[in-house]
Amino acid sequence: MAGPAVIVIAALFGVGLVAGILRSWGAWGDVLTSARVWAGLAISLWIGLASTVMATVIAVPAALVFRAGFRGRGIALFLFQINLTVPHLVGALGVLYLFAQSGSFARLAYHAHLITGPAEFPALVFDPGAVGIILTYVWKEVPFLGLVTLAALQGLDSDHEGAARTLGATRARAFWHVTLPLIWPALARGMIIVFAFTFGAYEVPALLGQTYPQALPVLAWRSYTDVDLAARPAAMAMALLIAGVSFALIALYMRLGRR
Amino acid sequence: MRRAGLLWAVVAGLILPLIPLALWSVARGWRFPDVLPPDFSMVPFHYVFGPVSGVLPALWTTVLVAGVTTLLSLLIGVPAGRALGMHQFWGRGVVEAIVLAPIVVPGIAVVLGLHGVFIGLGLTNTIAGVVLVHLIPVLPYVILVMAGVFANFDSGLEDQARSLGATGWQVMWHVTRPGVAGGVIVAGLFAFLVSTGQYILTLVIGGGRVETLPLLLFSFASAGRNDIAGAIGVIYVLPGVLILLWTARRITGRGAAWMVRP
Repeated sequence: MAGPAVIVIAALFGVGLVAGILRSWGAWGDVLTSARVWAGLAISLWIGLASTVMATVIAVPAALVFRAGFRGRGIALFLFQINLTVPHLVGALGVLYLFAQSGSFARLAYHAHLITGPAEFPALVFDPGAVGIILTYVWKEVPFLGLVTLAALQGLDSDHEGAARTLGATRARAFWHVTLPLIWPALARGMIIVFAFTFGAYEVPALLGQTYPQALPVLAWRSYTDVDLAARPAAMAMALLIAGVSFALIALYMRLGRR
Repeated sequence: MRRAGLLWAVVAGLILPLIPLALWSVARGWRFPDVLPPDFSMVPFHYVFGPVSGVLPALWTTVLVAGVTTLLSLLIGVPAGRALGMHQFWGRGVVEAIVLAPIVVPGIAVVLGLHGVFIGLGLTNTIAGVVLVHLIPVLPYVILVMAGVFANFDSGLEDQARSLGATGWQVMWHVTRPGVAGGVIVAGLFAFLVSTGQYILTLVIGGGRVETLPLLLFSFASAGRNDIAGAIGVIYVLPGVLILLWTARRITGRGAAWMVRP
């Protein structure tokens, strides 16, 4: 029953990978000694890591509050989920309009007499720290990780946390030693998916990234469309570099599932 | 309650980026340092729905690609979801890894390789090529959602119907279909959204000839046309919000993890 679907995925995916490997031949030496590529890899890893950690740190406490329940929980949960259906590109635009040097926050800062012109506002988009890109991903992934965590919390069989609290554990200790280990497999899987996505997605760094160094996916596509066709094998090699990191993550994911 | 207050702050932060986008779509002459637009107008929307902007053809292309991709994905993804959700079988681990791969491996990693092959097959710059490449993110998504749906479906009902003499088709129509129809509809709606959200796959295989809404949005955004980008953004976001309004209750709770994508 799974046959046709698996064949379609494996064919499209496998052909893409194999064709990439064949066509990247000969470019690896240049790619692996290129400062641009290493800088791009570094910035992509930074984007992935920072986005994943920040989104998790916000999403997990949010899920705990949702589980506890409060007045207006239903409407809060709906608003919390809205971004799940909003494309990344739209979020990136929103972040741009908020955080650019002529954006909403810069305008508020001007009226608060903190700055006298747009140029004085700190560069939060098109910046070396990729702040705008990371903010976009945090905005998008908090609801994702929040729902993953909430689902894991609601799936817990019995109230181990309550038992720990009855035995005198503080709320923080009960969470850290009892609840977190129980939801960790699901949370870690969610975090791996978020990391892989934020590490390898194209449009957000393409819109909000600086000119140099560019994130690896942006660098790969720009090389591929370079007027110099000789840059294409190098682009393939960069794409495979991204695939390599992702496959390591899949291995990690499958290991988490087996435990 | 302080913790609920913090949560409302998080929710506000999540909604915040959508506000300037919406304001831009009806703004006129909104320059630094105005916090709010000095003047409102429907000019951006008039332009967007006019003949010059190319938004209506792009909208049609987006819906066509997403519609066909969703139908194909449901056609082959629902049986696969059933197999993964209900049965243990030899090679299951490999099947899981293959289904998982496109969710974890970014599109750019495979689409550059596919581009060369698709040129040879005459599939670049065509709707068919774009639909094929959209199957890469959409199909695994449908399979995983349906695996969750079928895992909650009691297959004993089918056995009972069969033991009472129902044929295979009768079992499927009268027992299985009502049991999973809701899940199929939700999977289809979100598959549609996953397809409409694709950017780099469409750009590479469509070659700029197959122009979908996100491609158009990107070009207006990089050209600094904030008002037009805002209006396109509003149009782009609405279907998802409506779908979420309709399905919000279905995608919380157990198994929700697979209903959503990062």
